[in-house]
Amino acid sequence: MRQSLLLAAGLFALSTTAAFAQAARDDSFEQIDKGRYLAILGDCAACHTVPGGKPFAGGVTLKTPFGDLVGANITPDPETGIGRMTLDEFQKVMSEGEGPGGFHLYGAMPFTAYTKVSKEDNAAIYAYLNSVEPVKNKVETNLLPFPFNIRLSLIGWNMLNFTKGEFKANPQKSEEWNRGAYIVEGLGHCGTCHTPKNIMGGDKNDQFLEGATLQDWFAPNITSDPHKGIGAWSVEDITAYLKTGANKYDMASGPMAEEVENSSQHWSDQDLKAVAVYLKDNRNAGAKAPAPIAATDARMVAGAAIYADRCSACHVSKGEGIPTLFPRLASAPLVNSDDPTSLIRVVLAGSKAGATHAAPTSPNMPSFAWNLNDKDVANVLTYVRNTWGNAAPAVDPTEVGNLRARLRDE
Amino acid sequence: MEPFYDAFDKIAGISGKAGNLRGQIQEGGNPFEGSRSNEYPTGPMRQPYGPTLFAKAAKDLGYKPFPVPSALISEPYTNPLGVTMGPCTFCGFCTNYGCANYSKASAITTILPALIRKSNFTARTNSEVIKINLDSTGKRATGVVFIDSSGEEWEQPADLVIVAAFTFENVRLMLLSGVGTPYDPNTNVGTTGRNYAYQTANGVQLFFDDKNFNPFIGAGAVGMGIDEFNNDNFDHSGLGFFGGGSTRVTPIGAAPISSRPTPPGTPKWGSDWKKETVKNYLSTMSIGCEASSYSTRTNYLSLDPTYTDRLGRPLLRVTFDFSENDRKMAAYVTGKVAEIAKAMGPRQIVQNPSKGHWNTGPYQSSHIVGGFVMGADPTKSSVNKYLQTWDVPNLFVVGASAFPQNPGYNPTGTAAALAFKAADAIRNQYLKNPGPLVQA
Ligand SMILES: Cc1cc2nc3c(=O)[nH]c(=O)nc-3n(C[C@H](O)[C@H](O)[C@H](O)COP(=O)(O)OP(=O)(O)OC[C@H]3O[C@@H](n4cnc5c(N)ncnc54)[C@H](O)[C@@H]3O)c2cc1C
Ligand code: SF4
Repeated sequence: MRQSLLLAAGLFALSTTAAFAQAARDDSFEQIDKGRYLAILGDCAACHTVPGGKPFAGGVTLKTPFGDLVGANITPDPETGIGRMTLDEFQKVMSEGEGPGGFHLYGAMPFTAYTKVSKEDNAAIYAYLNSVEPVKNKVETNLLPFPFNIRLSLIGWNMLNFTKGEFKANPQKSEEWNRGAYIVEGLGHCGTCHTPKNIMGGDKNDQFLEGATLQDWFAPNITSDPHKGIGAWSVEDITAYLKTGANKYDMASGPMAEEVENSSQHWSDQDLKAVAVYLKDNRNAGAKAPAPIAATDARMVAGAAIYADRCSACHVSKGEGIPTLFPRLASAPLVNSDDPTSLIRVVLAGSKAGATHAAPTSPNMPSFAWNLNDKDVANVLTYVRNTWGNAAPAVDPTEVGNLRARLRDE
Repeated sequence: MEPFYDAFDKIAGISGKAGNLRGQIQEGGNPFEGSRSNEYPTGPMRQPYGPTLFAKAAKDLGYKPFPVPSALISEPYTNPLGVTMGPCTFCGFCTNYGCANYSKASAITTILPALIRKSNFTARTNSEVIKINLDSTGKRATGVVFIDSSGEEWEQPADLVIVAAFTFENVRLMLLSGVGTPYDPNTNVGTTGRNYAYQTANGVQLFFDDKNFNPFIGAGAVGMGIDEFNNDNFDHSGLGFFGGGSTRVTPIGAAPISSRPTPPGTPKWGSDWKKETVKNYLSTMSIGCEASSYSTRTNYLSLDPTYTDRLGRPLLRVTFDFSENDRKMAAYVTGKVAEIAKAMGPRQIVQNPSKGHWNTGPYQSSHIVGGFVMGADPTKSSVNKYLQTWDVPNLFVVGASAFPQNPGYNPTGTAAALAFKAADAIRNQYLKNPGPLVQA
């Protein structure tokens, strides 16, 4: 999602103009166009282009549990952008998270994923970024409080959380599968949102893509786990979701809507299919569905009544939803996730689905913060999470209250 | 016209049952319908109890009841622009509210989501066009002047101007901009403001003792209807009038508090009124007959000599009364509807035909038409069959302002089909060869 390419302007000043000579720039149309596509695949704009602002001029804030980081200016402006960066230096940023002059980048810039990007692809992205309009825009990327603002601490972080190395194809798998893996694990940096984090904010790699919470959104499990993940989705369902933002099960909203709008709707059909094939074949063994809470439980009874009054007009009495309009709640990965953050969020704040050329409707869900109290929200979600084949832990009203307070502050 | 009705039906997802499919009369649809090339995009809506009872009685009397086609859709539907709509839930809050279920078609729900994605589309909200600019010859529109919410005036130059500001504002803008000659009822000369027509609203109320209609269940256009008393569908010989109306039971949702049907003679307040409300709220229904209004020489639109808007521009003046023809027609069709009502076996029926002079007070209809009408003769009409103005070929005026008469039907399907027809003519004829599409 939101990354941050931390390239403090002062450090550029240190690099000499002689550095330009280090790597020849291939600025043929093919190379730049390849880079343009790769920059879309990597959704660089998410962190480096403010909505409505000049492309790649930086300034998008990423809220991390440690503080704020801001996406850098990656236009070729020599003073405030990457105009003085050599290809070798760019390669090092992508593969090692190390900027010119040897300073370390925070993991919010997903170099832990980008390390898998091939040198050739990095060269194309570099050529593309050097072809965009240079914008003078000084961005202070590091807004972290002490002690996290000390970059030296990142050396230790990298030792614990970062495995350097280009993607290596798995010879046991098809070319298509490997292309999917290259995208998902590399430029697509899906794990940045979808892989649970350890206490330092590093990926728990043994739980790759099993779902994680970021900025008060829960990015669900996108492994092929049949209960909490997208195991029920076919390859076509996955590609439809990534291409249009909607399929017969679900619709992208929140940060995923931005991803679809800025990135995956523009992916080639081959890449979409490769990603779907890879995701379908990606599941950690051992994840078991819990037993649902009994329908007679007081919370379930209260929740059922609220659901009938407030939710069933759109999501339909048995939670089937309306394809590409109102998301399905029955057997939905997000609904069955252990973490109910996104569910609480959309009930309290409402939500607007993303819009693409193929699915332009962009329907709204209204906010229920004004007519459902914390207990009501918890009960209706507990009901939804344990009916029509769903099963997930009950929602605690305190959790609803906490998120309500945070959303109010936002 | 049929392909353009068809195009509109598909954009709006109209629900219904065809009565005439490629010339073949279809059981269960409206047999008086024009020939359609396709079924309605979504199936007919499910019917509440009132329309069901009516349809049975009408059928027993030999009429051909059909589900009223409606822009409230009955099933999930994705239109040709990729916009998805959901099924109507009969929430009962249709007429005065937006639809939270994405079931009610309008330009906002079915077209704008696709249009706003076009890089060459701009919408200026909170802006009011105050004038169409013409060049010195008066034969060419050069653009429009609009005023924004801060009161600032802007000129938008244009090669082609399309005005679609609803019947009244279409006519007013033409009068204010000097397009066409204002109609003069004394000389019967002039076209702008001519042929204004309204609609006659008739109904029969049915009070039952033993029925429960749950009238809070409703939707703006759900219902069953018959078309035997509409327009030329029946023999008018000896009746002394022409015209007729659509007979329908369309429970729009009886809003609590505001909807209190009580039989005549009930006091308008106090405990008897409350008692009658309780007794009748659930067990009352009505049959409507929305009927024609033909234009006359004396009904017309003009600029008001006295009243002005906030910018000092004259308001539009409506000079109107129902004609004797329309009042006779109203009495006749209401009587026919009452026969069906009686057959349904209520305790009491109350006939409410449109009668007396026109009055702005009670709500009758929002279907106002004419004033800038379509025709073949430039001395009697303002626009040709493509809604292109006779006098200014790069100015098109779209809407029910183009209807020369008001038949006993709702206007929007036809207003929209005309818009599709105009758009088709602009794209396929006008843009290739700008100029008059019909030689006067
Ligand atoms: C309560 C009600 C119920 C109705 N029910 C039915 C029904 O059941 N069936 C049916 O067929 N029809 C019905 N109608 C009629 C239907 O709404 C109209 O026929 C239809 O909306 C006309 O479409 P239009 O595009 O010509 O005008 P509109 O939909 O009125 O659009 C005109 C637009 O122009 C804008 N505008 C106006 N003046 C200016 C200006 N000077 N500058 C810039 N913009 C301007 C307006 O803001 C508006 O957005 C109903 C109408 C009402 C009010
Ligand atoms: S009755 Fe009207 S407002 Fe209500 S759901 Fe149906 S279309 Fe929407």
